[in-house]
Amino acid sequence: MTDAPLIQANGLTRYYGAHIGCLDVDLEVHEGEVLAIVGESGSGKSTLLSLLSTQLPPTRGEVSYRTRDGVSRDLLSLPEAERRFLFRTDWGFVHQDARAGLRMGVSAGGNVGERLMAVGWRHYGRIRDEATDWLARVEIKAERIDDSPKTFSGGMRQRLQIAKNMVTRPRLVFMDEPTGGLDVSVQARLLDLIRGLVSDYGLAAIVVTHDLAVARLLSHRIMVMRNGRVIETGLTDQVLDDPQEAYTQLLVSSILQS
Amino acid sequence: MSSAPVYNFAYLDEQTKRMIRRAILKAIAVPGYQVPFASREMPMPYGWGTGGVQLTASILGAGDVLKVIDQGADDTTNAVSIRKFFEKTAGVETTSLTGDATIIQTRHRIPEEPLTADQILVYQVPIPEPLRFLEPRETETRQMHALQDYGLMHVKLYEDISRHGHIATTYAYPVKVEARYVMDPSPIPKFDNPKMDMCSALQLFGAGREQRIYALPPYTQVTSLDFEDHPFERTKFEKPCGLCGATGVYLDEIVTDDQGGRLFVCSDTDYCEGRRGHETDGGVL
Repeated sequence: MTDAPLIQANGLTRYYGAHIGCLDVDLEVHEGEVLAIVGESGSGKSTLLSLLSTQLPPTRGEVSYRTRDGVSRDLLSLPEAERRFLFRTDWGFVHQDARAGLRMGVSAGGNVGERLMAVGWRHYGRIRDEATDWLARVEIKAERIDDSPKTFSGGMRQRLQIAKNMVTRPRLVFMDEPTGGLDVSVQARLLDLIRGLVSDYGLAAIVVTHDLAVARLLSHRIMVMRNGRVIETGLTDQVLDDPQEAYTQLLVSSILQS
Repeated sequence: MSSAPVYNFAYLDEQTKRMIRRAILKAIAVPGYQVPFASREMPMPYGWGTGGVQLTASILGAGDVLKVIDQGADDTTNAVSIRKFFEKTAGVETTSLTGDATIIQTRHRIPEEPLTADQILVYQVPIPEPLRFLEPRETETRQMHALQDYGLMHVKLYEDISRHGHIATTYAYPVKVEARYVMDPSPIPKFDNPKMDMCSALQLFGAGREQRIYALPPYTQVTSLDFEDHPFERTKFEKPCGLCGATGVYLDEIVTDDQGGRLFVCSDTDYCEGRRGHETDGGVL
């Protein structure tokens, strides 16, 4: 294992016309590390996530990623075919709305198996075994394997989405508000699950959230964004317990205290 | 001056035929790849073979002998009207004998009699995109073809097995051409899929409404998609043809009375009649 970061961004900037999406963001995420990006709605969190995962081209700046062969590659000049390959093997993307990450017309097993078939698995029995195994790991009963995600609850869909992403053992997972829209007890279970996966598989993750509690539970480091700029960054506990910036102080103090 | 309309040979004007021939050449050069072309309005509704008719019109010469089949039969509405169309607009000889034809336009079947190197088989295609029902965006399916991103195709087969215990797709069964492009063979029964592989004849596919042409040059490798533990299987029939006794051919079910009587007969009428030694008269039975 090298000390080079897994993903690294320099001066990442995106304008929407004259409006700033995100401005001069530098970041590094190492293997096994979880970075939370927090901020209010419209602060550029999701733009940043799209830029990092190359779903949106930046106005300027660069992103590089260290692939499994140990070489850091410039993601923006990577051919489309290799980028897609990264997306279905080495990366995961967990959407806030599970419907965006799942194929709702395809059974749970088919959803989990899709990535395997995309990388060349051609043995039905083995694909199914692997899918069953992953459903169990995200606490979905094996007998639901042939059911459509349409029949699943919000929390189950989110767990299914995670299984679908994890089946190829990615090293980096992007999460966009993974617990958004779920009720509190379901959130807690999902956070537990994500924490377990992160520690079991040495997963690196970049988690976008507006919920500071989620950031505190999941992440090692935190980045606070406002108006497209990073205003504060540091270890999660440090930033949340002793915020330096006025805006961060406001964010922290606006959490209901028990 | 006569008031009767005068058509160019085979209905289409020469510039249109050239445009379509260029698309055909490109399709032959890249087997299985869907070439866009400027499909014309034809004097028949979409879904009745406007793509196939434009292909036939573009490759037809005065010396050609044309056969048209619809589900294997020479005497059904679609086949009869297209045959008459070319009799009228091109004045070419037509036949129902597979062996005599130089061009065979087909809807949903490949003749039982093996095709030869001097024949061309023209398919009518309703939906040329095999990924369409899995991925509705055309921009995305084109990308997937370009990058050979075909995992989704197996998801469809996976769903079949998980639901039915076996691959239940029996027609329009997806194939891979020369280990490169995944192709929709048009809604032919999967029974006919193996006939496409290493076929001596040139095979052309035309989709008029969708404006796509694709092709299989002679002796092209065509493999039906499957799983290692659920291999592709050709449809098998328990009994031989009820009329000619042929085995190993594709059979149609015909209801003979209202007492539950039924008969399984060759779907390829010319093949069946040839075996029974009749002069082809185009009758159903």
